[in-house]
Amino acid sequence: MSLPMGRPMRDVFGETVSRLADDDPRIVMLDGDLGSSTKADIFEHGHRDRFLQMGIAEQNMIGVAAGLASVGLMPFISTFVSFAVIRPLDQVRVQVAQTGLNVKLTAGYAGLFTGMAGKTHQIVDDISIMRAMPGMVTVSPADDIETDHVLRWAAGYEGPVYIRIGRDATQRLFDEDYRFRFGAAVEVRAGSDVTLISTGAQTPRVVDAADLLAADGISAHVVHVPTIKPLDTGAIVAAADRTGRVVTIEEHTVIGGLGGAVAETLAEHRPTRMRRIGLQDMYTESAPNDTLLELYGLSAERVAEQVRGMTWSS
Amino acid sequence: MTARTATLDRAEIEQLEEMARRIRVEIIRTVNHAQVGHVGGPLSAADIIAALYFRVLRIRPGEPLWPQRDRFILSKGHSSLVQYAAMALRGYFPVDELRSFDSKGSRLQGHPDMRLLPGIDMSTGSLGMGLSAGLGMALASRFTDVDPRVYVLLGDGECQEGQIWEAAMVAARYGLDNLVAIVDHNKLQQYGWAGETSEVRLPPEEPGELAAKWTAFGWRVLEADGHDMAAVVGALEAAAQESGRPTVVIANTIKGRGVSFMEGDYRWHSKPIKPDEFAAAMRELGEADA
Repeated sequence: MSLPMGRPMRDVFGETVSRLADDDPRIVMLDGDLGSSTKADIFEHGHRDRFLQMGIAEQNMIGVAAGLASVGLMPFISTFVSFAVIRPLDQVRVQVAQTGLNVKLTAGYAGLFTGMAGKTHQIVDDISIMRAMPGMVTVSPADDIETDHVLRWAAGYEGPVYIRIGRDATQRLFDEDYRFRFGAAVEVRAGSDVTLISTGAQTPRVVDAADLLAADGISAHVVHVPTIKPLDTGAIVAAADRTGRVVTIEEHTVIGGLGGAVAETLAEHRPTRMRRIGLQDMYTESAPNDTLLELYGLSAERVAEQVRGMTWSS
Repeated sequence: MTARTATLDRAEIEQLEEMARRIRVEIIRTVNHAQVGHVGGPLSAADIIAALYFRVLRIRPGEPLWPQRDRFILSKGHSSLVQYAAMALRGYFPVDELRSFDSKGSRLQGHPDMRLLPGIDMSTGSLGMGLSAGLGMALASRFTDVDPRVYVLLGDGECQEGQIWEAAMVAARYGLDNLVAIVDHNKLQQYGWAGETSEVRLPPEEPGELAAKWTAFGWRVLEADGHDMAAVVGALEAAAQESGRPTVVIANTIKGRGVSFMEGDYRWHSKPIKPDEFAAAMRELGEADA
């Protein structure tokens, strides 16, 4: 039994920001010529005057966002991770992070699912980069429901926020009663043998993996970390204490990402036996989504298989 | 197009020239005190900055965050001293605070920081970024009741950054006639390309190249002698008039202007001042307190 499919996060992005703009005249959308992909086109249909096409010129787009924010507006960015923060990294650093201006870096096509665009568009190190940047809040929602919550939270937060938004429909982790709490990790399964910690659209696949492990008599405790920075240190330590064995799983490099963040925290606060599942210092390739998950060990079956095969010295 | 000389009377021009002189004096004093800091670029921009802070900009030094103020961005942020000197003389903070430049806890960072010093409209320091922020401020008047004129000072070396031309393209696309770029065209960058010998450094652009580029990007181009106060004021005031497109003022300047042995010498981009050099510079700038 696996979790049901949700709607694509990008659809929620277009709809939610458009709805927010109905009530908040500060909101403007800056598009780097990808509105028809990121679904910022939904915003344009509702708020044509506040949809600002910036063309294929992303360094400028980030600076324009800073200028708009400096006079009290709240710009959201419409482009892919690669062009929202990787290409204009210095602009993000100097004009957004160092100024603390109220810019929402809503970055689409996060993770491996980029419509088979391949390694130029599959950004597998953005969490490492963004969370290292002083002052940059980093959020990676699990599904459509949580994406909606995170966007609404971000509109009420004064300051820069980096939000990872997926392209394709992925599994739904939460129900309509879910409430996002900024900076808080979420226990999604209680267990006693091993603690699995994940983020973004990978978490539902980890929950499915926990079900597979349960069938083998392994009780997995699963924690979802939507806010990677600031990290919920207390919840990470408590989750480690539950089982004494921690595995992080992410659709991202294991270097400096969620696994890195958890390892830093545990090394300092509660040294715990730990493994990291994710991309092993490598670039990725174009392939159908399910193939990618198999290839990089991120499908529920492959995660369960890796956890099952782990030997833990006692 | 060459800008018309503004209808300024002689006394006003002389007042502005005196402010430019005092700005240069404070630049040299501060670099001498800190024994660090950029020299050539601040000196080349002193007349432009005097015109802005003492005539053109609608600002309230006692209320630096006044929402309706005109915006000014020093995109060539390494020339921060020229802005700090002008702000101090204009009354944003005491002139004595200039001596804190670059020291621990100072609001006067090496590059302007909007989070520390009220009156800095945008933090800068990494070249090429200021025009984009100015574009955002100019666009904002469409969605808010704030309707500023936005002036952005660029270096000619800085115009080698690709982001400048991204901003130029988008600003023209939106027809932002409340956005004014000023290029401090002092014909030298920090090091640049070698000329016939290594001692000779070539200008960042060929003669006429900047005007041709900005024109090609759809901007209205005004040129002025950046050390002729009447011409500078005339160009800056003409630039902000409604024209349906953004305007660039190409101000022809001399790097290190005002101190003969610094003029046109790339090595004075950034360099500590020796005691005899300080004394000579002060004398040339008409100060006896060297």
